[in-house]
Amino acid sequence: MGKILMKGNEAIGEAAIRAGCLNYFAYPITPQSEVAEYLSRRMPEVGGVFLQGESEIAVGYMLFGAAGCGARVFTTSSSPGISLMGEALSYISSAQCPAVFVNIVRGGPGLGGILPSQADYFQATKGGGHGDYRLLVMAPDGVQEAVEMVMMAFPLAEKYRNPVMILGDGLIGQMMEPVEFPDHLKSEPSNKDDWATNGMDTRKSNERNLVKSLFLNAELLEEHNRVLKAKYDRMKKEEVRYEPYNIDTDYQVLIVSYGIISRVCRTAIDNLKAEGFEVAMIRPKTLFPFPEKAIEEAASKDSCKVVVSIELSMGQMVEDVERSVHGKRPVQWFGRSGGDIPTPEEIIDVIKSFVTL
Amino acid sequence: MQSEVMFAGFGGQGILLIGDILAHAAMEEGFEVAWIPSYGPEMRGGTAYCLVVISDRPIGSPIIRNPMHLIAMNRPSLEKFAPMLKPNGIVVINSSLISIGSGRDDVDELLVPANDIAGDLGSTKAANIVALAAFVARSKIVDFEILRQCVKKVFSSKENLISLNLKALEQGKEAAQVKNPGP
Repeated sequence: MGKILMKGNEAIGEAAIRAGCLNYFAYPITPQSEVAEYLSRRMPEVGGVFLQGESEIAVGYMLFGAAGCGARVFTTSSSPGISLMGEALSYISSAQCPAVFVNIVRGGPGLGGILPSQADYFQATKGGGHGDYRLLVMAPDGVQEAVEMVMMAFPLAEKYRNPVMILGDGLIGQMMEPVEFPDHLKSEPSNKDDWATNGMDTRKSNERNLVKSLFLNAELLEEHNRVLKAKYDRMKKEEVRYEPYNIDTDYQVLIVSYGIISRVCRTAIDNLKAEGFEVAMIRPKTLFPFPEKAIEEAASKDSCKVVVSIELSMGQMVEDVERSVHGKRPVQWFGRSGGDIPTPEEIIDVIKSFVTL
Repeated sequence: MQSEVMFAGFGGQGILLIGDILAHAAMEEGFEVAWIPSYGPEMRGGTAYCLVVISDRPIGSPIIRNPMHLIAMNRPSLEKFAPMLKPNGIVVINSSLISIGSGRDDVDELLVPANDIAGDLGSTKAANIVALAAFVARSKIVDFEILRQCVKKVFSSKENLISLNLKALEQGKEAAQVKNPGP
């Protein structure tokens, strides 16, 4: 099939359908309302469920209920909406239910603004909800990668019985780019008979399944948390994804950048290369698990003088970059946060300023 | 080689649509494309604009402060975006509604009375297609025949509009052949 030109938000909705997810619950919020608009039309066409909840809190628990029953399910929202889903995310993670959340991030904190932002890095990778849980977090840099990550998210959520979060931004949601929906990323929902409350008749069993997150006994709770930790450790071994750029050169600067802003960095790197100034980039595609080893290795190269975390926030990912570099090189940060995305020229000036320091 | 085309006017002039058509045509021709709409809080009657980036290699930053070309359908758009253009681009000015020039001597300025041409064809709504055709004919940014096919496809569900818009395409193309006397 050839490529078609699609808006990011619509492509995300279509990708979920192509991935075999026929349940979508959501509450509208800019800058991702087109996902709901698109799926309100498309889901009935494919025999799926489109349901607008009365709030994001309700939507979070609709996902919990449907996922607990063994259905493939997903939602999309934006920053404040994801905050309201935080409690459900914690419960879903503890109860080990697979579900996919897409956050088309808007500027914060508070009501903030609707322009592109990456200010929910901490929320996605470190918490958002309460308790010892982790999400598998992926961040696309364009519409095609958003499609692929959404399609990959469902089998990954089932592999780990854990929510997967896709972190996009308003520009990825609003822009149109040519996309294709790769056949090899289509997947069948996994068999969930051994844990889901999908009906004893359905699974022809006399055993009851119980989906819960309450463990009042200290020993049982700790044991449960060890089970969860083992899954997060396995993600760190098996799911780290990143893209190196211009890494085979004697670069003086290593950029770590993800999502839409990494594309601006790529153009800056190309332009600097034309001047004879080599800069490399590690672009994390998964934010949790974080490509710690790749960043440490790239930072350790003899020619590399400084590592710069470039992000659309006031300094969030930089903490993970510092943690990864282990003090082997100085780590700097550059970020913008109001919604204005810096130009390649601005990035070039920033990079040069860090080298001449 | 990368070109950026800014389409700008007021809401209702079909600005996003002609950007969409050009992006489709460029994709059909095998280019990498990105279509970025005006996006942000906007009031009724405000400006509408979109940017189409066309490149022969993967598009890095889709954020362009200084586009190459401009299709200005109303005066505020011309005043806002003309100063930002890179040198040597094309500026299509809808001279039916805009009485001033771009004020730039380093661009190829093309005056197209798009509303008048479209009105003569039967509907001023086709002014956007006239302007798009003039730009494509002048810039040769995509093959004109591919553009024609894309216009047909876009209006395929509204058959009564196909012939109007195909005529608008031809008239726009013709308007681009005229060498302007300059402002």
